[in-house]
Order: sequence, then structure tokens, then C-alpha cells
Amino acid sequence: MADTTLTHTGQAQPRPAGLQGVAADWSSDQRAFKNVSWGKAMMWIFLLSDTFVFGCFLLSYMTARMSTRVPWPNPSEVFALHIGGSNIPLILIAIMTFVLISSSGTMAMAVNFGYRHDRRKTAILMILTAALGATFVGMQAFEWTKLITEGVRPWGNPWGAAQFGSSFFMITGFHGTHVTFGVIFLIIVARKVWRGDYETGRPGFFTSRRGRYEHVEIMGLYWHFVDLVWVFIFAFFYLW
Amino acid sequence: MVDITPADTVPPAEVAEMELYHPHSWWTKYVFSQDAKVIAIQYSATATAIGMVALVLSWMMRLQLGFPGTFDFITPEAYYQFITMHGMIMVIYLLTALFLGGFGNYLIPLMVGARDMVFPYVNMLSYWIYLLAVLVLVSSFFAPGGPTGAGWTLYPPQAIMTGTPGGQDWGIILMLVSLILFIIGFTMGGLNYVVTVLQARTRGMTLMRLPLTVWGIFTATVMALLAFPALFVACVMMLFDRALGTSFFMPAIVEMGEQLQHGGGSPILFQHLFWFFGHPEVYIVALPAFGIVSDLISTHARKNIFGYRMMVWAIVGIGALSFVVWAHHMYVSGMHPYFGFFFATTTLIIAVPTAIKVYNWVLTLWRGDIHLTIPMLFALAFIVTFVNGGLTGLFLGNVVVDVPLSDTMFVVAHFHMVMGVAPILVIFGAIYHWYPKVTGRMLNEAMGQFHFWVTFLGAYLIFFPMHYIGLMGVPRRYNELTDMTVMTESAHDLNSFISIMAFLVGFAQVVFLFNLIWSIRHGREAGGNPWRATTLEWQTPQTPPAHGNFGKELPIVYRWAYDYSVPGAKEDFIPQNMPGSFGSSREPA
Repeated sequence: MADTTLTHTGQAQPRPAGLQGVAADWSSDQRAFKNVSWGKAMMWIFLLSDTFVFGCFLLSYMTARMSTRVPWPNPSEVFALHIGGSNIPLILIAIMTFVLISSSGTMAMAVNFGYRHDRRKTAILMILTAALGATFVGMQAFEWTKLITEGVRPWGNPWGAAQFGSSFFMITGFHGTHVTFGVIFLIIVARKVWRGDYETGRPGFFTSRRGRYEHVEIMGLYWHFVDLVWVFIFAFFYLW
Repeated sequence: MVDITPADTVPPAEVAEMELYHPHSWWTKYVFSQDAKVIAIQYSATATAIGMVALVLSWMMRLQLGFPGTFDFITPEAYYQFITMHGMIMVIYLLTALFLGGFGNYLIPLMVGARDMVFPYVNMLSYWIYLLAVLVLVSSFFAPGGPTGAGWTLYPPQAIMTGTPGGQDWGIILMLVSLILFIIGFTMGGLNYVVTVLQARTRGMTLMRLPLTVWGIFTATVMALLAFPALFVACVMMLFDRALGTSFFMPAIVEMGEQLQHGGGSPILFQHLFWFFGHPEVYIVALPAFGIVSDLISTHARKNIFGYRMMVWAIVGIGALSFVVWAHHMYVSGMHPYFGFFFATTTLIIAVPTAIKVYNWVLTLWRGDIHLTIPMLFALAFIVTFVNGGLTGLFLGNVVVDVPLSDTMFVVAHFHMVMGVAPILVIFGAIYHWYPKVTGRMLNEAMGQFHFWVTFLGAYLIFFPMHYIGLMGVPRRYNELTDMTVMTESAHDLNSFISIMAFLVGFAQVVFLFNLIWSIRHGREAGGNPWRATTLEWQTPQTPPAHGNFGKELPIVYRWAYDYSVPGAKEDFIPQNMPGSFGSSREPA
């Protein structure tokens, strides 16, 4: 199926499909990614850069874990909760993961309703996403507290390699910071949607520029990325 | 000859005109400005100011090396602090910031035919965070214990230990915080540059019609967005090692007869992270220089650039290859010899696209109508210097040759030639070239000639003897060379000679700075297009370009950036926004 390029004048230009279309786009003028707005392109490129940040964090952690000569604490035991008389491994992490993945679902729904200009549903779903994100961060705070009371510190822990604690606090802390920023911006965008800023063209407080419903989708890109990163942290830190 | 192409062959505009922020007050117009051109000047001025600090630091080092024991205030600790701050400032806070933040901000929107960067507000934040990073860096000079003296590579474990200046004081902490801030600020600007080039070009401006300057800055920015994360992570981890007592990079170690709390970390991991950033960084500085110099040569030799497409692919190829060569900085770190084999091979492969570029510059000059203007002089000097520095790179890229030369003055001479002097020459050439666009007036020619010859010849008088001293086996990072048995008596004289030359070249830069300020008011009126150049920044209705760059209508691009001396055309240049076809243009189809 042939794609079309939207133009400002309203008439859509036909574009070849498939690989030829890619070549045509890159050899065309104005835009290399047709029909991709500046904001969306910027978020994608930022996420690519951020992927390298998390990639370096995880690779460094794996290097430390593989090269240490002291035993590495067993995550299944360290991250177990004592519920109903038995230790259930990774139960808290499982719930956290479930909460965060669910928030991706509500985010996707918010994007959908955003493009239908359904202010109420979009805002409610974004707030719900933010609430799930905040729950995640809250559970992470609980997990940190538990480990700290058990004696885990960035510079050492009772069970083995000191790098366990340092990597754990650094990586989950950096990811948690991402989630926290996401929650803050979700609330900001939700407020704008609720108030109808994107329909009235009310200028932003800092930037003095009008926003668009697309901000919901860009916010969604970031949110899904943070979820995806968590899946990798889950696999490499907790399941390994 | 001229037949006007009907305007309707140009595709219609795909996006609406961008919404510009119109400043209401002096503060929002000149200080908290969202105009890329003002941000560019802010970036350039800040980078130049901090670069002057680094220049003075290099004088201090040369005072000590050339005349050891004469200056009491240069203690061994101070010497290491000078070395560290000189290196870090020059590479990151001067070269990176000036090429990408300075030239990138000024030239990208003008050259691609955009009104501004795509997100001017974020662009403004980028500068202010950069300024904050510089201030944090400068504050370390006044902190207890002074700035860090860990060497610009900040290798652990010594970077955070007691014997190193600033290691257990504030120095290293402020350095790491400053780097983290720089990376955050740069990312904000970098995203703007990349998206502007990809998504905000004017009608008719295809990627293969971009001036090579834009290609160079664009590729370098993409690389920076992928390479700086490694430095960011390394800085965060070292900050934790120093401030929280973690052991990411710290092995079990004894200091002053006492076992430290650290253990189990890997100093080599830091080297890998650092050089995964550090090697692309060399090309982050070099690629914008490559691009700019291509445009200078083409404009001032009145000839189209030879092999435009090859030049573009060489830039992209160098950018990609530079991510798989980093461990050639680590041949003596004790890594597996097979790694050395791999990284030596990739390193030498980079010579291929680089040589393509040098040949194409020379072939552009071939039978050109060469105008020996000041920008052209700097461009020619760059080619010579880059070839010189590149050839010693072939020595150091080979493991067996590198091992005896490693950590000698030969290495210092090599990287100063190739990523110090060469890009700086391009920066000078570029400033002489674009100053008329920025201010509306030409820089003074006589002062320019003086500046060029002293800088160019002086740089050779500094760094050629340094290669020789390095080949003798004189190590770098030693603060006193008096009892060096490998050095002959005459080599000591040579060493003092290098120092004297360093002062001379340094003072020539004062003349340049004076010229920059003096010519704003007293320079010759330049007009809109003094070099008779084709690219869009010279076709703006006002000089200096007004807010929004291009008057009411954005320009429409009909041709590539290199239509110089086209047979049959009335003038020896055809601006990119001039409609019509002129038969013998060499624009690749």
C-alpha cells in the first residue's frame, strides 16, 4: 500500500511503499521522517541516547558481577518477602512489574482518547497512569527501606560482593528517577488536557508556546520506554 | 542559457511555519534569548573565555617544563592540576562547545533554511546548563585543595585517592558534577541540532544538497548523543566511588600503608567507558572541522567540492567506525592481545575514509581560482597539519609501535597536532569566514595575517620538536625533566625553545581577540555576501540576519551548495536559492 505525505496545503503527496519509500523519504527535501512531527522525532532520538545510558549502566553492572571474586548474593533470597509463613521469592518485584506494565496499558488508552479529543477520558487515564507509576515508586521505596534495614549499603552488604548494593541502588535509583519524572510530567500534561489547553491554544507557562494533543503521545513514548527499560533491569538484575 | 524552473516543481511545504517567540525586553532578547544566533554567540563567548583559562594553564606548564625550578609557585601538585584542567577544558568545554554549541547553533538553521532550531526554549536551557557546568568547573579552582590533578582522563584508582590533588578534597567531585551537567546541557542542544537537520529543512533542501558543514556538525552531534552516555555513566559511578564509598572502579588497594575500604572494582572498566566516549569525542571535534574546511576550500578556491557524495559518506563512515576503535587508547592497560589486534585493524581502517577526504580537498584546490584570504590560509594550514597529525596516528595505532611510544611526549605531540591545532585552525578560519555575517563587518586583514602566520608556524615550532623529544623516550605528565638521562643537553635547549614558542603563539591569540572586538566597530563594511558564497546563510535579507533569519518567505532551494564557476553562468557562483538551470553544474544527479 502506498503511503502519502501530508502537506501544509492539504493535498497529500503519494509515496512509494517499502524500502523504496524509505529511500525516497531520505532523498527528499524538508523531512527525512515524513509525517513525524518535530516533538516526536526529538523524543525518539532522546530515547535512543537514553538507551545508551541504561545500556552502559547495565553493562557495567554485568562486568562487576562477572568479574567479582566474592559470591554474588542470590536475588531470589534477597528479594523474597515473608508472607503467610513462607518466603516467596521476587513477589514484590513481580507485583511492581505488573503495576508498571499495566500503566503502559492505561497510557496507550490515554493516547487513543487524546486523538479523539476526549478530554475527560484522556485526563483520567493519564492520572491513572501517573497513580500506577507513583505506586511503583512507592513500592520501590519500600523495597529500598527493607534492604537498608537488613544492612545493604552502597559500600557493602551482609551476603557477599559489595557491588551488589552499589549496582542495585544505582540502577534502580536511576530508573526510579525516570519514573518519578514521568509521573510529574504525566500530571502536568493531564492538567493541560483537563483544562482544555490543547483546544484553546493557551500558551505554556515556561515556553509561551501552544501545545497539541500530540503531547500525550510523546509523553506515552517516554512512558513505554521507561517500562521497557524496567523489563531489562528485571531480567538482568533480578532473574539472573 | 537560463531557463527558469517552474516553481511548482518544488514540493509544497509539509509543515506550517514555526511559531517564533518574540522577545519583549532586553533581557529576553540578549540574555535569556531563544534565538539560536544569540545562543550561538553566548556559547562561543563562554567557550572562548574558559579556553583562555586553559591557554594560561598551558603557559604555566611550559614555564615549569622549560625552566624547571625557576618558579616556586608551580609545585608538582599544581602542575598536575594545570595539566588536568587544561586538557579537560580544551577538549570538552572549548572544542565541543564551540563547534556544536557555537557553530552548530549559528549555522544549522541558516544553512538548512529554517527560522530557528526546532525547540528554541530547550535550546536556551542547553546554554544555561552549559554555563552552569563551566561555573562549577571554575569553582574548583577556589575550592579547598584546588581542582583535581588526576590527568584529563581521570583514571581511577588514583583520581580519587589522597596522593592526587583534589582526590580526597572537592576537586574531583566538582569535576564530575560539571561533566554530568555538561552532558545534560549538551543533550538538550544536540537533540535540537539533529531534529532541525532531519525534519526542518526548507523546500528543495534535500540531505544531499546540504553544505558539508551541516553534515559534519550533524554527524558529530549524533555521535555525541551516543558517546556522551558512556562518560555520563562513568562520571556517576566514580562520583559514587568517591562520595558514597562504593567500589565500581576501585580494587582492593593499600594507601599510605593502610588497606582502604574499597575492593573488587575494575579500573579497566572505567577506561573502557571513558574511551568509548573518548575516541568518538576526537571525531566529534574533527568532523565539524572537516565539514567547515570543505566549505572554506570550495568557496575560496571558487570550485565545487570534489566528490561531494564521497565526502558525505566518508563523514558518516568515520563517524560509525570511530565507535569500534576505542581500546587503541588502552594497548598498555593489560588487556588481551587479541583485542589489540582487533582495535589496531579498525583504527587503521579509519585511515581510508580520512584519506579520501584529504585527497578530495586537494583535488578541489587543483586548478581552482585560489584566493589566499585569511580563511583560506587557515584551511590550507589545516590540511597540512591534519596530514601531519594523522601520519603519527598511524604509528600509534599499531600495537608494537605504540607500546614503546605510549605515555611519551610523542603522544602529546600527536594528539595536539591532530585534535588540538588542526581543529583550532579551522575554528579560526571559520571565524574569519563567518564574522562578516555575524557582525556585518570584516575582521582586520593585517592583524589576521599576523595572527595566522604566528599561529601556524608557531604551532609547528612547538610540536615538531616535541615529537623528537618523545622519540627519545621522554615521558609525558612529568613535571620536571632535569635529571632525565634519555635527554641530551641539546634536547633540554629544545625544551626551553618549545616553551618560548608557546608563549609567542599564546600572545598572538591576544591579537586575535583584540581584532574580534576592534572590528565590531572599526572593521570594513562587509555587505551581505562578501565571499560571494552560494549557501543560504549568505542570502539572508539582513546582515546580521534578523530574528527568524529569512524575512517573510523562507528560501526555496534549487541546487546544491557548490555551484562555483559554473560554465555559462553570469557570475562565478550561483546561490542555492536561485531558480533556473545552467547546463554544466556538477551537482550529482
